[in-house]
Amino acid sequence: MKVMRNVYISATNVLTALGNNPEAVMSAMLTGECGIHLCEDPAPFWASRIDMSSLPVDLSEEYTRFERLIINSVSLAARNSAVDLASDSTLFLFSTTKGNIDELPQGRRLKLHESGAFLARYFGNSQWPVVVSNACISGTAAILTGKRLIQSGQYKNVVVTGADLVSSFVLSGFQSFKALSEGPCKPFDSERTGLSLGEGAGTIILSAENASSAYADWIIAGGGISNDANHISGPSRTGEGLQLAIEAAIADAGTKGFTREMIGYISAHGTATLYNDEMEAKAINAVRLQDVPLSSYKGYWGHTLGAAGLVETAMALESVSAGKLLPSLNYSSHGVSLPLHVLIEETATSSRCFLKTSSGFGGCNAALLVGKI
Amino acid sequence: MEQLIEDLKGQIIKALKLEDVKPEDINTDAPLFGEGLGLDSIDALELIVLMEKEYGIRVENASAAKSIFTSVRTMADYIAKNKK
Amino acid sequence: MVATRLCWLEKFDRMHYIKSHIRITNGTFFKDGKKVNSYSDNSEDFAQVIRAFYKEMDISYPAFYKMDNLSKLGFCAAELLLKDISWQETMNENELGVILANSSSCLDTDEAYFATICNKEAYFPSPAVFVYTLPNIVIGEICIRHKIKGENMFFIQPEFDPEFMVSYIDNLLNSCTLKGCIGGWVEFYRDNYDAFMYFASRENAKGDYPVHNLENIKKLYTTHGAIN
Repeated sequence: MKVMRNVYISATNVLTALGNNPEAVMSAMLTGECGIHLCEDPAPFWASRIDMSSLPVDLSEEYTRFERLIINSVSLAARNSAVDLASDSTLFLFSTTKGNIDELPQGRRLKLHESGAFLARYFGNSQWPVVVSNACISGTAAILTGKRLIQSGQYKNVVVTGADLVSSFVLSGFQSFKALSEGPCKPFDSERTGLSLGEGAGTIILSAENASSAYADWIIAGGGISNDANHISGPSRTGEGLQLAIEAAIADAGTKGFTREMIGYISAHGTATLYNDEMEAKAINAVRLQDVPLSSYKGYWGHTLGAAGLVETAMALESVSAGKLLPSLNYSSHGVSLPLHVLIEETATSSRCFLKTSSGFGGCNAALLVGKI
Repeated sequence: MEQLIEDLKGQIIKALKLEDVKPEDINTDAPLFGEGLGLDSIDALELIVLMEKEYGIRVENASAAKSIFTSVRTMADYIAKNKK
Repeated sequence: MVATRLCWLEKFDRMHYIKSHIRITNGTFFKDGKKVNSYSDNSEDFAQVIRAFYKEMDISYPAFYKMDNLSKLGFCAAELLLKDISWQETMNENELGVILANSSSCLDTDEAYFATICNKEAYFPSPAVFVYTLPNIVIGEICIRHKIKGENMFFIQPEFDPEFMVSYIDNLLNSCTLKGCIGGWVEFYRDNYDAFMYFASRENAKGDYPVHNLENIKKLYTTHGAIN
């Protein structure tokens, strides 16, 4: 097999209820702040939402809420990147589950590729953007797609960006599933009762060039995607699918000199549903990573769906590169049947490699290994 | 009660899209889940919607649902007791 | 907007082959260039067409009726595609991938779900409909049916983009563990439907499979299967 070029991380951004960039969000996380609050829709529900008035890029009414989130996230990431967003060698790659769903029934750019094209044009980019919509693994999978597209030589840079709203559409659906937590969600905890929805956006600018100010030498080392082939909404009881994805990611990262033993942190999917967390524990034990420090960020701002893989990878990168691992919020008593090293406090690390896991409806699973060469 | 049971079978078939199943194929006392109709967790949630839509009965949680939806007969009994 | 496409610079190591392909359009079902079913009387009534095709397949799979239109279309496409090609003989379940795309995502189902929540007087959000409000669920249904566990992705594009699909699948077959990959276009919106699906394989045991390249995939898509 030929040697594939390195795919570097040029810059990132996250927009969550805890802040508008990784540094601010990490500071808030270090104080144990939880961004999940009681909202009214009219009936009360727990979720995190973004204060749109706090976003720096002022946009006209022409832009939908989803588009405002993307434009702000990309703009903020681009401030820390030398990548030319308008270049023909730069691709926009969008990740979302529902895009402009709050525009139903007759509103603007309900087709995801329409919104994608509209957004790419905003940044002066004339390449046809790629749009990934693959349930909750979208963000993680999109990063892997971006890596593949750079390694194939088709593009020099890929702006991977994603967002999802907390909409009545999605909220009502999860309510009908009885999948929502009463109170902020508790990943891996014995008292967990379901997930919390979160509004979020994340951007990771990938590049064939190693020119990052904040993340020099950090690469997307490897990735893998699999399917459980078991049920369209329930995760597999064995965790075999996620295990396959993690093993594929480790094998892929092996070509870049990363090994299983070098993984110093796991940013878990950890949605806090009964079944996901149990399945994830099984998968992590199956790949013998149960002693690796682990947390789920969803206790801080909930499940941001199509943005989750991006937001959580960006925050894991921020934390590992700063040498400080963040605890898993709202976890106090171990609630899965197999051991995991769930972090309960800020923990120092000298690790240069972490694993991100994601799983989603449709039986899909994705894993990424991100490391510093 | 017999009419309720007949109606209920028809409603279940429609709500769960059991297109190749006729009401007379459903044994009133047989378990709805596990064997037989091959219903899954989403079907259970959809039966909760059926209870509210057709009978105005709210089933609040999964543990209550399990005993109510054991068979067509247990569903009918519950409806007869709690119908609004 | 002027759309430009950068041609890629690196040549791939080996060729891949199109083991089989199908097309479903206007009430007609093609496999490997031959018409296998036609429901031209009701070609615009998707529900009738797909139900008739399902019945003719004679497979007894009750979960079919629970699927949304997009998943029914993709399910039937895959059933026809994978018939008689015995892919399990040459690869494991995690060595076969599924890469699909469409233009409408699952908007048709989104509208159906929206109808269950938009009227406050008759507010009955349906979990059985909601579960299909993600376009990749069609991939999930195909994977469950055929026990496929390899890489899978769903892309949203304005129209079928053979260049993207061919290069993406070639890349996967070259660079990771996949030995085969199902690729294609599964589009459904308000009774307008179009499915094109093919099986790309590293091996060419029979020696007569067409090469998996842009020219051939374009040809297969536009001519409903006629090739050579």
